[in-house]
Amino acid sequence: MTGPAPGGPVPPPMPKFAAAARPALADTGLRRTLRGATATLRERTAAAAAETADWEDLREAGRAVGEGALLGLDTHLEELERAVTEAGGTVHWAVDAADARRVVTGLVRETGATEVVKSASLATREIGLNDALAGMGVTVRDTALADMAVQFAGDEPSHLLSAAAHRDRAQIGELFRREMPAAGPDPAGDPEDLAAAARAHLRERFLRAQVAITGANFLVAETGTVVVVESEGNARMCLTLPETLICVAGIDKVVPAWDDMEVFLQLLPRSSTGDRMTPYVSSWTGVTPGDGPRAFHLVLLDNGRTRALADEIGRAALRCIGCSACLNVCPVYERTGGQPYGPVHPGPIGAILTPQLRGVESAAVASLPYASTLCGACADVCPVKIDIPDVLVHLRGAVVESRRRRPVPTPEMALMRGLAWTMADPRRHETALRRGVRWARLLSRGGRIRRLPGLLGMWTEARDLPAPPAESFRAWWNRTRR
Amino acid sequence: MRVALSVACFDDALFPGTGRAVTALLERLGHEVTFPPGQTCCGQIHWTSGYHREAADLARAYTAAFAGGDVVVAPSASCAAAVRDAHPKIARAARDPGLARAAEGLAVYELTEFLVDVLGVVDVGAYFPHRVTYHPSCQSLRTLGIGDRPLRLLRAVKGIDLVELPAAQECCGFGGAFAMKNADVSVAMVADKIRHVRETGADVVCAVDGSCLAHIGGALSRLRSGVRTMHLAEILAETGPS
Amino acid sequence: MNAREEVLRRVREALGGSRGTRPPVPRGYARRLSEAEAATRADVLALFTERVADYRAAVRHVGADELGTAVAAALWGREAKQIVVPADLPFGWLAELDGVRALADTPAVDIDTLAAADGAVTGCAVAIAQTGTVVLDGGPAQGRRALTLVPGYHLCVVRADQIVGTVPEAVARLDPARPLTWISGPSVTHGIEMTRVEGAHGPVHLEVLVVED
Repeated sequence: MTGPAPGGPVPPPMPKFAAAARPALADTGLRRTLRGATATLRERTAAAAAETADWEDLREAGRAVGEGALLGLDTHLEELERAVTEAGGTVHWAVDAADARRVVTGLVRETGATEVVKSASLATREIGLNDALAGMGVTVRDTALADMAVQFAGDEPSHLLSAAAHRDRAQIGELFRREMPAAGPDPAGDPEDLAAAARAHLRERFLRAQVAITGANFLVAETGTVVVVESEGNARMCLTLPETLICVAGIDKVVPAWDDMEVFLQLLPRSSTGDRMTPYVSSWTGVTPGDGPRAFHLVLLDNGRTRALADEIGRAALRCIGCSACLNVCPVYERTGGQPYGPVHPGPIGAILTPQLRGVESAAVASLPYASTLCGACADVCPVKIDIPDVLVHLRGAVVESRRRRPVPTPEMALMRGLAWTMADPRRHETALRRGVRWARLLSRGGRIRRLPGLLGMWTEARDLPAPPAESFRAWWNRTRR
Repeated sequence: MRVALSVACFDDALFPGTGRAVTALLERLGHEVTFPPGQTCCGQIHWTSGYHREAADLARAYTAAFAGGDVVVAPSASCAAAVRDAHPKIARAARDPGLARAAEGLAVYELTEFLVDVLGVVDVGAYFPHRVTYHPSCQSLRTLGIGDRPLRLLRAVKGIDLVELPAAQECCGFGGAFAMKNADVSVAMVADKIRHVRETGADVVCAVDGSCLAHIGGALSRLRSGVRTMHLAEILAETGPS
Repeated sequence: MNAREEVLRRVREALGGSRGTRPPVPRGYARRLSEAEAATRADVLALFTERVADYRAAVRHVGADELGTAVAAALWGREAKQIVVPADLPFGWLAELDGVRALADTPAVDIDTLAAADGAVTGCAVAIAQTGTVVLDGGPAQGRRALTLVPGYHLCVVRADQIVGTVPEAVARLDPARPLTWISGPSVTHGIEMTRVEGAHGPVHLEVLVVED
């Protein structure tokens, strides 16, 4: 058998970040689109935070609530399960992606439905649900506008707010015309027109859908309440019209109490789109007779989250509320877009989440913690104060530690160890410095070095290095001051 | 006041003028400058590259070198940030309470913090008749939070034509190992930075971090732009023809 | 071991000694509007109006005795022929309707009729001044969720005493056991170049009438 096994899609091999970023860097149109979009969101979210006098108090509360949620996670999960069950819902647990696919495909099979509507959910992408359902002959309709575009194009999502952030209006228009000619979007790619076309295309499908699959922004343990925050109304359609509603959510979405929503419902909209409130916030607790689905299933997904939880520093990443503020301020993301970060979690938050969920064994995942200059802009805006640079450095340590066990050290490891050995002793350092200066001056011409050998050659690809002056600072000091 | 000068390994070799300028500046202001000879490197490169064991060795050597009790002044925001912010983390990662205590015992100031907060001077008597723009490095801005101290010092320089750098707070793309591991992205970032520098029409771009200056300067040099990079201390040390 | 036990075991193992510790939650954020935002009750209502209008939703203040006329005027303005309403909508709200057929949702209106309706008229449970939000909880005069979702136009009547200042005040008033829908302006997509474009799957038009006594 050559294709992916039914129910078990094999993720394509992922290149290292630097290699994966190259096409995006070369695509000037993409860079223009991303620059414009992230700049607008940066302005809007900054204005929303500035307008909120108690913003720092809210962030501090958000951090603390998130920490508490994780430290009591086992109790909260049990409480959540009890409350959902009492309210007429059913709770399922999934250790990994395969487990979750089995649960969801089983539930869909029981309904006999051949089509499901789905609203944006990273968790379902993480478990490869669309392919698993397709494998059993069920058509999945992603319903958020950007998710539709990504599904039509066979792309990977590139932003948390809009999966199609890497495509401009003309490209989305083209995809829409190709895939849904009946909805007839105007060839000019006018945004209002595209939105109307998406509305028209999905309308009937929403009205006839028997099964919907959705994610969750928050799961309130105390009350068993699922909270979904969205702008388009596609999630409202999913959670209102079908008979059966399946919600797939990571165990990290748990918040302890209903009152905690007063914090997150202020932080999330302002950090995400800069709105004071996102157009729609829907919440439900189990099933409500006469209003909405008759059957509700909640699938709680681990899939690496407990691995992250075990890491005292890394677990901060699990506090993420999915606002995407860190993407919008990241100078790396702005230039590369979301795809180089891999198939599920883009941007700075992805760079600390993916290595923890998937481990750092593969070179591609191990390259993610290095996809940052550690400039710190992300930590400044994170509404729940995740110190992303701190976790990045911590994970770089984990990458290096995992490489130490290899029989032959990488050239980088040899270099870094040698450097540390030399610099840990002032005398060795001084000798090496003298030699290094002589050696570097031999490479220079006209006071600058245009080409360096080995690993350092990456520097001189596009940047000169000044030739070191003949006398280092310490040599000058020793000559003049001693 | 007696001040122990901490010179970044980077500056020691590539930009010795920075340390000389700080020495001249502080002596001009009437202070005694020492250069503890045991210093090599604060360990930041190793720490941020993930070589945490090696970083611990270097941090131990650094704290030992500066254990004399003098106030430490570092004309490098990233070194000051490493000592203040990273050394306690390095100690925690290495489970070394001795290092944690030693790190806590050091009073390390970035140069402009020292001038403005400790010495209480803004006008250091400098004269520098050139058009200058200032790049606030990420470590100075976010880890240390030195705010507008460098700009206040620059504004007090006689003869200076200080021009604002567009999108000043955006990272130059250096990021230590990032400049090599993700060279293409790094170069794309510095290309935008030098575009903004050139928009200002400045003759000189200055900063309080030699590493950013090497990056920005390296790109300017490759383009033969004619714009010079200088450490802020070198401007403050200038007193003009006397 | 089943998945439930396994996940819980892993969580407990991951947390180790820190399991169950409760870091203090500093709740220094504002629960009520500040004096600067709204010193008087009239200021609260004015803020609500301003914030709803910020979403480009139509919002008007009416006296209790003018409500019937205002509802009728709004529906005429939209050239509505047939609307859907919750079964328990106060009769007076629709008293002035002329030429507009109002279908009460009892028995439940079928989905095609709902889709063909020109709009829905409901009340709400709570409204939030600071964010310009109306919240429906399926309670009196609100009906089931589908009523305010499927038609392209939603006219929401808000009594002045239902308007609170802040999100914390609203959360305290709401019962999470009920199906809650918080609505802030018309439906929007950010799917195209991450810019805000109105008119996705939810109602394209939201109109709010604030009833003052």
